[in-house]
Amino acid sequence: MAKRCLAIIPAFNEAGAVGDVIRAIQRERPDVDVAVIDDGSRDATAKVAREAGAIVLQLPFNLGIGGAVQTGYKYAWDNGYDIAIQVDADGQHPPSEMSKVIDPVASGEADMVIGTRFREEGGFKSSAVRRIGIAMFAWLVSTIIREKVTDTTSGFRAVNRKGIALFESDYPQDYPEVETQALAHKHGLRLMEVPVQMEERQAGESSIKLWGSFYYVVKVTLALVIGLFRKPIPLPEEGGH
Amino acid sequence: MAPTPLAVSIAATIASLVLLFGVLELVRRRRLREKYALLWILTAVVLLILSVWRGAVSGIATALGVSYGPTVLFAVGALFILVVLLHYSTVISALTDRTVVLAQKVASLEQRIDELERGQDSES
Repeated sequence: MAKRCLAIIPAFNEAGAVGDVIRAIQRERPDVDVAVIDDGSRDATAKVAREAGAIVLQLPFNLGIGGAVQTGYKYAWDNGYDIAIQVDADGQHPPSEMSKVIDPVASGEADMVIGTRFREEGGFKSSAVRRIGIAMFAWLVSTIIREKVTDTTSGFRAVNRKGIALFESDYPQDYPEVETQALAHKHGLRLMEVPVQMEERQAGESSIKLWGSFYYVVKVTLALVIGLFRKPIPLPEEGGH
Repeated sequence: MAPTPLAVSIAATIASLVLLFGVLELVRRRRLREKYALLWILTAVVLLILSVWRGAVSGIATALGVSYGPTVLFAVGALFILVVLLHYSTVISALTDRTVVLAQKVASLEQRIDELERGQDSES
């Protein structure tokens, strides 16, 4: 039997871009179901997503990226999906690259695959400050999990049923991308990076603004270091939470 | 002014360390979110610095005209407690707002379920 795959798209005021992203996924991978988590948007995000044919989970207020994405993992868990892939609503993750991220999970080669933007030429140019931050966390996470990690901020990632179970139960709330890699490693998931092309952002704002950078660095570092001393949590069994 | 008496410095250092590790342990056990721990950690670190660095407290006391140096430690501690409390008041306000929205949402969902059930009854 074919594996059931869910694309999780967290969206906050992305009415301008989310429709195209949904349609592109349906075109590239018609076998993949699309769930948009509308994180308390003021604009027409939910309406646009419904009209494009996506499953829409509309949160009653803004939970932030972590809470929104976890809503998607809970939906994937409750509805028996074998694979979940996160795709940004702003169009920076090209659906034409989805298969590269899904395939190693589908074949059982890895439990979690992260689409990274640095292992291939020509895809993405980011600011110097961002590059330094990304490099610092890449080093910290690589040290913690004793495996080479190049891009800890990429939200373009896929997990299998085990990863869905983990993220359904525990998902970092504020700036989850960095911490989830350490969390997944702690729970014995086999990680893999694959190079993908990424687009410049189409619309909306990045979830990390410059003034928040300092708080971001302190908070994530604290979480990573304390995470080292935490025990793994028991994962839910089928039918449980 | 003379630096902080050694006994006061040692006692204050121990108290700051207990606070610091207490907060970190709560975070480790997932009883306290990192987000809300940061202000407590800042409090503990500032108190720790002032406790260990005995000249700092007496320097601040001289500058402010405070006759008993260690009073500055209390004042700084009290100031941070005020900041933490004020922060929590804003957090509680945000939680209250969310509770209202959740209750309204539940009411609206119950109404929709009711409508769906009535629709089913009339069909059968």
